[in-house]
Amino acid sequence: MKPMTAEAAEEIAARDFAGIVESHRPQIFRFLLASLRDVDLAETLTQECFLKAHRNWKHFRGDSSAMTWLMRIAINLQKDHWRNRRMQFWRQTQANAVDVDDAGDWLPNGERNAEQQILAKEQVAQVWKAVKSLSERQRTVFLLRYVEERELNEIAGMTGLSEGTVKAHLSRALSRVRGELRGTR
Amino acid sequence: MSFNNKLAGEVDNRIVAQALRNFKASVDAWSDAAYSRPRTGVSMSVRRGGWRMAAGWALGCAMTMGVISGAAYERHRQQELAKIAANNAAARKAAEQRTVAAQAAANPADQDADLLATVDRDVSQQVPTAMEPLAQMMDDNGTK
Repeated sequence: MKPMTAEAAEEIAARDFAGIVESHRPQIFRFLLASLRDVDLAETLTQECFLKAHRNWKHFRGDSSAMTWLMRIAINLQKDHWRNRRMQFWRQTQANAVDVDDAGDWLPNGERNAEQQILAKEQVAQVWKAVKSLSERQRTVFLLRYVEERELNEIAGMTGLSEGTVKAHLSRALSRVRGELRGTR
Repeated sequence: MSFNNKLAGEVDNRIVAQALRNFKASVDAWSDAAYSRPRTGVSMSVRRGGWRMAAGWALGCAMTMGVISGAAYERHRQQELAKIAANNAAARKAAEQRTVAAQAAANPADQDADLLATVDRDVSQQVPTAMEPLAQMMDDNGTK
C-alpha cells in the first residue's frame, strides 16, 4: 500500500473541514444570534469561529465531538465580545441588537388560532425578557439547554463548568423564567 | 426520548414548558430567516462598524489631547504664579533691608554714643583706675 502524501492528507483534512462547516454552521449561528440578538454580529462571530477552527483544525484530536469543540470556540468569542463591549464605553454596540419584544415576533403559525398565536407571542417575549436579565453564564447554559437541546454533560464540556454548576445555573435561569411568566398572568 | 418528553420531566410547570417550546420555535424561525437572507448586509455592517470605530477613536484622541493640553496649561500657569510670588517676596525683602539701612543712616550720633558707652562699661570692669596702685603704696609707707 502506497503511503499518503502530505498534499493528499491536507486535501482530505480540507474536505473534512468543509463538511464540518456545512453541518454545524447553522447551529453556531443560531446560538450566537440568540446570545447577542444581533444578526450582523452573529454572522461576523460565526465567521470568526470557523476561521479560528480552520486555523486550529490540525490540533483537533477528536477527544470531544466537533460540535462541542466549535461551540467552545463560539462561547469564548462571545465572552471576548462582552468583555470588549464593557471596555469600549463610548461605543454603542447595543444599538444594533434587536429589542426583546421584536425578537419575540418570530413565531411559526403552526396550527394555532389567532388567540393562541397572541398568547404564544407574549410568552416568547416574557422568556426573552428573563433571558436578557440573566448573567452571561446563565444565559449561555440556558440557551444551550433549551434552544440547542444539549445534554448536561455536553453543556459542561462546552462551557468548561462542572455538571453540578450547569444544573445550578439552569435552575436559577428557570426560576427567573417562571417568575417572569407568573408576573404577566 | 424526544426533547419535549425530557422537557416535561425537567420542567414541572406546564405553562413554563409550553413557553420554552414557543421560545425555541421562535429562535429557530428567526435564525432560519436570518441565515438564509442575502449576505450583502454583512459588508454594510462591517463598514458601518468601521465608521463608528473611527469616530470612537477620533473622539478618544480629541479627549486625550484636551486632557493633555489642559494639564500643560495648568502646569504653565502654576509655574508663572510661583515665579510672580518669588519676585514679590524678593522685592519685599529688599524693601525691608533698604528701610533698616535708611534708619541707621538717619541717626549716626546715637550709634556712636551707644558704642562708646559699651566700650567704657567693658573697660571699667577689667582695668583698675589709673592712680590706684600709687595710692596703695603711699598708704603702705605712711603706716610704716
